[in-house]
Amino acid sequence: MTNEEKVIIFQLKDEEYAVPVQHVKSIERMQHITRIPRTVDFVKGVINLRGVVTPIIDLRLRFGIEEELYTDTTRIIIVSVGTIEAGLIVDAANDVIDLDKDSIEPPPEVVGGVDAEYIQGVAKIEKRLLILLDLVKVLNPEKLDVQLAKESLN
Amino acid sequence: MEMTQYLDIFIDESKEHLQAINQQVLLLEKSPEELSIVNEIFRSAHTLKGMSATMGYEDLASLTHCMENVLDAIRNKKIPVTAAVLDVLFVSLDHLEAMVVEIAEGGNGKRDVSETVRDLEALENGDSPAPALTSKRSNTESMQSYDQYEKQIILQSKEQGFNALELSISLREDCILKAARVYMVFEVIEQIGEIIKTMPAVDMLEAEQFETSFNLSVLTKESAQDIKDRIFKVSEIEGVEVSEITTENLNAAAVEESIENQGVEQVVNNENKKEETQQNTSSAGSGKTIRVNIERLDQLMNLFEELVIDRGRLEEISKSLKSSDLNETVERMSRVSGDLQNIILTMRMVPVEQVFNRFPRMVRGLAKDLGKKVNLEIIGADTELDRTVIDEIGDPLVHLLRNSIDHGIENPSIRSNARKNETGTIYLRAFHSGNHVFIEIEDDGAGINKQKVLEKALENGIITKEMSENLTDKQCFELLFASGFSTADVISDISGRGVGLDVVKNKIESLGGSISVDSTAGFGTIFSIQLPLTLSIMSVMLVEIQQEKYAIPLSSIIETAIIKKEEILSAHNQKVIDFRGKVVPLVNMKEIFEVPETNETSQHVPVVVVRKGDKMAALVVDSFIGQQEIVLKSLGQYLTSVFAISGATILGDGQVALILDCNALIK
Repeated sequence: MTNEEKVIIFQLKDEEYAVPVQHVKSIERMQHITRIPRTVDFVKGVINLRGVVTPIIDLRLRFGIEEELYTDTTRIIIVSVGTIEAGLIVDAANDVIDLDKDSIEPPPEVVGGVDAEYIQGVAKIEKRLLILLDLVKVLNPEKLDVQLAKESLN
Repeated sequence: MEMTQYLDIFIDESKEHLQAINQQVLLLEKSPEELSIVNEIFRSAHTLKGMSATMGYEDLASLTHCMENVLDAIRNKKIPVTAAVLDVLFVSLDHLEAMVVEIAEGGNGKRDVSETVRDLEALENGDSPAPALTSKRSNTESMQSYDQYEKQIILQSKEQGFNALELSISLREDCILKAARVYMVFEVIEQIGEIIKTMPAVDMLEAEQFETSFNLSVLTKESAQDIKDRIFKVSEIEGVEVSEITTENLNAAAVEESIENQGVEQVVNNENKKEETQQNTSSAGSGKTIRVNIERLDQLMNLFEELVIDRGRLEEISKSLKSSDLNETVERMSRVSGDLQNIILTMRMVPVEQVFNRFPRMVRGLAKDLGKKVNLEIIGADTELDRTVIDEIGDPLVHLLRNSIDHGIENPSIRSNARKNETGTIYLRAFHSGNHVFIEIEDDGAGINKQKVLEKALENGIITKEMSENLTDKQCFELLFASGFSTADVISDISGRGVGLDVVKNKIESLGGSISVDSTAGFGTIFSIQLPLTLSIMSVMLVEIQQEKYAIPLSSIIETAIIKKEEILSAHNQKVIDFRGKVVPLVNMKEIFEVPETNETSQHVPVVVVRKGDKMAALVVDSFIGQQEIVLKSLGQYLTSVFAISGATILGDGQVALILDCNALIK
C-alpha cells in the first residue's frame, strides 16, 4: 500500500509528465490572465483563483519548449509546494493513476528537452513513459531573479 | 484543578500588569512623592501575586510578595523613594518578565531570584519599625480587618477631613426583607458618605446570607451621631453601633491573605458604583471591553474583503443594467458596507501606546549605560494604527531611538559647554493626518554632521566625489539610509553595527510607508515616518493602459490632467511637461511596462501626476476609469520582486488588476 503514489498526469508537447496528487490543489480551465510587466517570459501573469491572486507559469516556456496557442484542452494545474502556490499551464491534463514507487527510475540525462535538473525520475507503465517533475525546483523563485538578471544584462 | 485553560489569560494579564507596573515605576521615578502611583503599582503587583499563586507559580508569587512589602514600606513613608530602590524594583520586574516569558514558552516559571529577594528584604528592613507593628497585632480592637489598599484609602480620607467609621447594624429578628433593609441603609449612607467595606461581602448581603447584623466601614464628613440617627429612620432596624476607625487600630490589623483578596474585590465593586466620588483611586478602566482572538478579527477582515469585491461587482452590474431600483439598493448597500468597513477597520486599530510603552524603560537603561542624560517625551500615544502595522513598527522605532541616544544626544559635559540643558530631550510624537499616521522622533542633540556623512559615504563607495559636491542637505541626509552606512566613530553595541538605517527604511517601506530625516547642526535631528492607516483596504484610481487596468494609490496622486501633445516638451532627452509652473518629467507607462499596443494614441494625453516626497512625475496612461476602494492582495511568495508593482487587487469583474508602486517610478 505505502509503495503506491497517486499522481496527476499531464501533457506537454509529446511527453507525459506526472506530479504527486498531494501537491495539486485543483485543475482549472484557461481564463483571463493579468499580465505582469517586466518579469520573465515564462511567468504569464496572475489570475484570481477564488479570491487568491495566483501566479501562472507557462510550463512550455519554463522548460524552453516552443510556445503554442492555447486550445480547448489547455489546463492550468494549481500546485502548492511549501509556501509557494502557482498555476502551471499545460497542454492537457487527463489522468490520475497510482504509481508504484518501485517502477520509478532515476532520470536519464535529457528527457524530451527538459533539463534533468527538474526531473525526479521516470516511470514506465505499460507503454507509457511518465516523467516525474521535481516541483520544488520548478517553482524555485531564485530562478526568477537569475533569469531577470540575465535579461537585464542583454 | 485543570489550569491550562486559564494559562493564556494568565499570561496575557500578567504581561499587562507588568507593563502597568513598569510604567508606574517610571512615573514614580519622576515624582517620588506621589503616593497614588505607589498605590497603583501596589494594586497591579497584588493582583499579579494573587494570580500567580492561584496558578501555582510560587517563585513568581513570592518575588511579587517581596516587592509588595517594599512598596508598602514606601507607602507608609518608612523608606524613601531613592534611585537604589527603583533599581531593585526594575531588576525584580525584569525577573518577573523573564518568568512570565518562560511560562508562556511552556516552562514552569522557576528562576533563582534569591539575590533580588535579599535586596528587597534589605530595603524593606532598612529602617522600618517592624517590631512595633507585630506587638500590636494581638490587641486589635477593630471589628474588621483591612488590607493595605483599604487602609490607604482610609488614611488619605482622614487627611482630607473625612471620618472613618465602623457601623455595626443589627436588624430586627422578625425582619422579612433583609436585603431590602440593607439596601435602604446603603442608600441612606451613600447620600452622606461612602461605604468602603462591608462584612459580610456585598453579594452575600444581597443574597440575605447573614444573620441579623452586619458591619459597614464608612467614610463621611457627618458625625457619628448623625449617621446613627439617619440609619434609625430605616424601619426594622434594631440597633446601630458606631465606632471610629483610628490610625492605630488600622495599623494593627494583620490581614490574612484570603480576606485581603476578597477585600480588594469589594473595593473594586464599590468603586464602580461610586466612581464619581472616588477621587483617591485612579481610573478603573472605562467602557466595557471583551477580548477577541486576533485570528477572528483577521477572518472577519478577510470575509469583508470578499464583500468589498462583490460590492464592486454589483456596482458594475447595476451601472450596466440601468435599473433605478437596483441602483438604489446597490447604493444603499454600498453605504452600509462603507460604514461596516469603518467599524471593522477601527476594530483592528490599536493605540501606538502598546509599542511606545516599552520605550521609557529602554531609554532610561540606554542613557544610563552611555552616561548620558536623556528625557523621553511621548506625545500622542493614543494615536491608533492597524494592528499589523503596530506589530511591525516596534523594531524600527527601537533602532531610531537608540540612534538618537547614541549619536544624537551629546554627553552632559559637551552639552553644558554648548550652553544646552545637560539633559537631552527626545520627543516621540505620533499623530494622524489624512489617511496616514506620522511618527516623529526628534532629539535636541548635535544634529547630523554633513561633512562626516559625506566622507563616510565616499569611503564606503556609496557616492562618487563628483556627486558629493552637488548634494543638497536633504540628499546628504538621505545617504544615512543607504545600505552599509554607519557614522559612529566607535562601534558601540547599541547602534552602529553596520545593519544601519537601511534596514529601518526597508521595513517601513515594506509597510507601505516612508521615512525622511532632517537635521540642523547643533540643534538636533528629526526622523519622520509616514505610515498608512491600514494595510488591507485602500482607495485607488483605476487607469487603463491600452487593454490593461492598473490601480494607482490615491495617497500618492496629486492630480490628474489631460494634456495636449504639443504641451509635451523635451529637456535632456527626457520628455517633460510644465505642471503649474514646475517641470515634471513624463513617464510613459506603456513603454515602461512594455504593454502590447492595440489602440492609436490620440491628440490628448491623460496623465496622472504622482509624488514621492517632494519629487513628482506625470504618468502617461490611456484613460481614467475612476476611483475605487480596493482590497490589497499580495502577489504571493513566488513573485517577490516585481518592478514598480506593489501588489494586486481583484476588480468587480473578477479580474486581477496590479497596483502601481509610484515610488519605484520616480527617480
